[in-house]
Amino acid sequence: MLTVLFDGLAYGMLLFVLAVGLSVTLGLMNFINLAHGAFAMAGGYIAVVMMQRFGLSLFWGLPVAFLVTAAAGAFLERTLYVRLYDKPHLEQVMFTIGLVFMSVAGVDYFMGASPQIVNVPDALDGNIDIGDVSLNKYRLFVIAFCAILTIALQLGLSKTRFGSRLRAAVDDARVARGLGINVTTIFALTFAFGSGLAGLGGALGSAIFSLDPQFPLKFMIYFLVVIAVGGTTTITGPFFASILLGVADVAGKYYTPNIGGHKIQIGGFVIYTIMVLVLIFRPQGLFGRAQGK
Amino acid sequence: MNAKITRRHTLAALALAATALSPFAAHAEDVVKVGVILPMTGPSASTGREIAAAIKLFQEQKGDKAGGKKVEVIIKDDTGVADITKRLAQELVVNDKAAVIAGFGLTPLALAAAPIATQAKVPAVVMAAGTAIITEASPYIVRTSFTLPQNTMPIAQWAVKNGIKKVVTLVSDYGPGIDAEKTFVATIKENGGQVLESLRSPLKNPEFAPFLQKAKDLKPDALFLFVPSGQGAALMKQVSERDFAKEGIKVIGTGDVTDDEQLNNMGDAVLGMITSHNYSADHDSPENKAYVAAFEKANPGLRPNFMSVGGYDGMALIYAALDKTKGDTDGTKLVEAMKGMSWTSPRGPISIDPETRDIIQNVYIRKVEKKNGQLYNVEFETMANIKDPFKAAKAAKK
Amino acid sequence: MIDTAIHATKGGESRAMAYFAERAKWRWPEFALWIGAFALAFLFPSRALLFNEVAILALFALSLDIVLGYAGIVSLGHGAFFGLGAYVAGLLAKAGAGAGLFSDPTFGLLISGIACAVVGYITSFLVLRGADLTRLMVTLGVALIFAELANRMAWLTGGADGLQGVMPGKILGIFEFDLYGRNAYLYSLTTLFLLFIVARKVINSPFGVSLRAIKGNALRAGAVGINVNRRLNGAYTIGAAYAGVAGALLAQTTAFVSLDVLDFHRSADVMLIVIFGGVGTLYGAIVGAAAFKMLYDLLAAATPQYWQFWLGLILVLLVLFVRGGVMGLVGGLYNRLTGKGGAA
Repeated sequence: MLTVLFDGLAYGMLLFVLAVGLSVTLGLMNFINLAHGAFAMAGGYIAVVMMQRFGLSLFWGLPVAFLVTAAAGAFLERTLYVRLYDKPHLEQVMFTIGLVFMSVAGVDYFMGASPQIVNVPDALDGNIDIGDVSLNKYRLFVIAFCAILTIALQLGLSKTRFGSRLRAAVDDARVARGLGINVTTIFALTFAFGSGLAGLGGALGSAIFSLDPQFPLKFMIYFLVVIAVGGTTTITGPFFASILLGVADVAGKYYTPNIGGHKIQIGGFVIYTIMVLVLIFRPQGLFGRAQGK
Repeated sequence: MNAKITRRHTLAALALAATALSPFAAHAEDVVKVGVILPMTGPSASTGREIAAAIKLFQEQKGDKAGGKKVEVIIKDDTGVADITKRLAQELVVNDKAAVIAGFGLTPLALAAAPIATQAKVPAVVMAAGTAIITEASPYIVRTSFTLPQNTMPIAQWAVKNGIKKVVTLVSDYGPGIDAEKTFVATIKENGGQVLESLRSPLKNPEFAPFLQKAKDLKPDALFLFVPSGQGAALMKQVSERDFAKEGIKVIGTGDVTDDEQLNNMGDAVLGMITSHNYSADHDSPENKAYVAAFEKANPGLRPNFMSVGGYDGMALIYAALDKTKGDTDGTKLVEAMKGMSWTSPRGPISIDPETRDIIQNVYIRKVEKKNGQLYNVEFETMANIKDPFKAAKAAKK
Repeated sequence: MIDTAIHATKGGESRAMAYFAERAKWRWPEFALWIGAFALAFLFPSRALLFNEVAILALFALSLDIVLGYAGIVSLGHGAFFGLGAYVAGLLAKAGAGAGLFSDPTFGLLISGIACAVVGYITSFLVLRGADLTRLMVTLGVALIFAELANRMAWLTGGADGLQGVMPGKILGIFEFDLYGRNAYLYSLTTLFLLFIVARKVINSPFGVSLRAIKGNALRAGAVGINVNRRLNGAYTIGAAYAGVAGALLAQTTAFVSLDVLDFHRSADVMLIVIFGGVGTLYGAIVGAAAFKMLYDLLAAATPQYWQFWLGLILVLLVLFVRGGVMGLVGGLYNRLTGKGGAA
């Protein structure tokens, strides 16, 4: 039981790191970046290359994955994305899907179609037993790492000057601009940072689930679920949404309720049913504010 | 590598067109077209790549002549979507006048193309898909890959023999997975064993942890695994996290899980895992040594897996059938020629069952071991000439 | 547009009628398009199968365009109706086993359409609330639940192996589906054409105009007396029925249904196609489907492994340099050709 909770927590934390950038950019610029998963994939592959080609440990892969994808994010934001902010949503969808297609084929070209496997550093291999519960060290590391990251993000948002400007810009970009806040720069930085986080999440996750060129497409739905349920106005929203989904998903697969003498596997339904129900009763998301944009 | 194939074919076609004008030219009828439909992109792309590489290798080794005719291979990408497979099959038959269609990466894809084979009386050589019922979908389907029951029964028998009583199964929730589950469960139960739980994981799911945890909590003697080629690495990664050995739970499965293509990347966690399968790149025979060496030379960094052998043998079968009919491309004659054909493949001796048109082959029990710093499935027991148990049981009932 | 709607409801009928008549008039490129589409069956008989796929995709895209382009409901789950239609038609054809009313393809289309209309109407209440993202995710969620249901109900749907033994009979008892796919194409194209005429009529009716008013500004549309929710229910239901017919066509012309018809990629592809073609133009759906499929066919033939890259690049460039998708491009050219000037 506790192990299920633990697994769900690790899964949810990972989802959060992967999706938080998307949530913030959507809230900030009202821009739908379906190519977010491509940054996560890039991060994962960077970690793979670092480890397989250069024999470095995952600990080195993580910061490099963050930095490289953040730089890539900043570059793409300045050169391409910036031209799309005033375009209709649907054209943004087509544009970013186009980017996803290119990244899928591009990674396939350079890295091949087979799934890549990242080996966990020796220090994090194996399990820790606490009473009856056996906890995987790597998942424990993921939880701790993501928890620290979340706290840092939250502090950064609430305590720093940049954070308050960002919050102001999310609340109302036009007024923020009127107050002399450089929304464009804030957005570029946020976008880069969000992409970097996705890359970091990709690198972290690559040691749990396998990494292949289909990654951005496979995870697109999960990201969208997180931001739809969590709302786009805070980072606590997506955080709790991620945890909720992670735990619900894992628990839904673990428990097979006995209905009419048949064991019914409900795993495939749980996440989507929760999401649809949440959105029917709270269209702005579980944690979103009612008067969102 | 595929671009090369097409380019070569374009060149071949051009050369053919040029020579057709000269009086000494070979006639157009002297070309036999083989239409190969594979998932070259999308989630099953690795299956398509392995088979395409094997087909290319076969033609490089054996030349492009069979039964006195030139064999031209046309490779098409169906992205793993059934209605595209069907359309491509239809186009290959109608437009390209393909004498044989082949490939078929997944069960629904093969089943979608089956009516075309029947309607057009064109042999369809299944090189990958593994659900038992496929060969029953059309009298023109011949299989050179394997069936899941065929590959599963030996490991179940091995488990019984090795004192395993209580089991949990975990398979991917689709045709082949369910085939594997049914076969395994039936064999265990027949021998007085107990199946604690049969778990099915969604086909498109990156997270196996809850299923594995559940299996662990049930404390069986063994956990049986099946996932399709390409997902084994992710599964084994999460298996190794759970530390089943410590609880005294044996992890066994079909060879799809320890797929040769990915095995080397799975890490030492898979060492000692026992699986049953029709092919291992480590199979000890001169034919296989030559095959693996040539394949790895042509495709650096890629180890041939069971999918590739299905493609290689599929081509061998098509060539042999053409030789036997002396180049006659009549579909019914070709299928007749294929029935009962037997030869030595890189995987060992194989033949085509004249009754079911399915493959009869040895299935090996293997253990993952390290050889020269590389992980291999090392065969230690052979179950000879296994027919598909599903169809054998059906025949026995009649 | 909103003014016209008001006039239509408040009496200025002759002016409004004239306006609708003008809008509803057929132009020569439209005739050319349809005649050309039918001619293709005879000009390039060897590609009839591909054309058939295009026609089915076009109808599916058309159905989404009604929902997305006219009612403004962003749906990423439209494949649910496509899949439902395919299964209904497939099961009917299976039950008919090649003879009788059940095996008649046109009957199958009708029943699939009705079934999807009913389910569409019921689910339409879920998408009335919320912003774009909410609707996107609700529709997606419903579609994924449908897919999982079909997977679980393997006794009915054949599960992951697909539905076997689908044997559609002759069309109207006369035309048989041939191996060359010509009859299939003509059948799908005729269905598309007839449903297109209906859609065109609907869009140019007061109902269609009120939809556009809602899309422009739902609050204001409500204020001038349009029952917003009921109009949206209606549009969503029509879209669902159309998608169901498209799915039925696929099931009948390929004589096979697999779980793939409910896959996420169907919903995503069709949305991409509508945007690619040009949203809210009806023809955008058809031209978009044709252009997208042909482009895919060309690219995949040239590079079976990496066609996705070039397709992606084209999408990116299209967004960067053209407004309104392929129809935006075509509209610009048309206006220049006919000397009307100004971009569409």
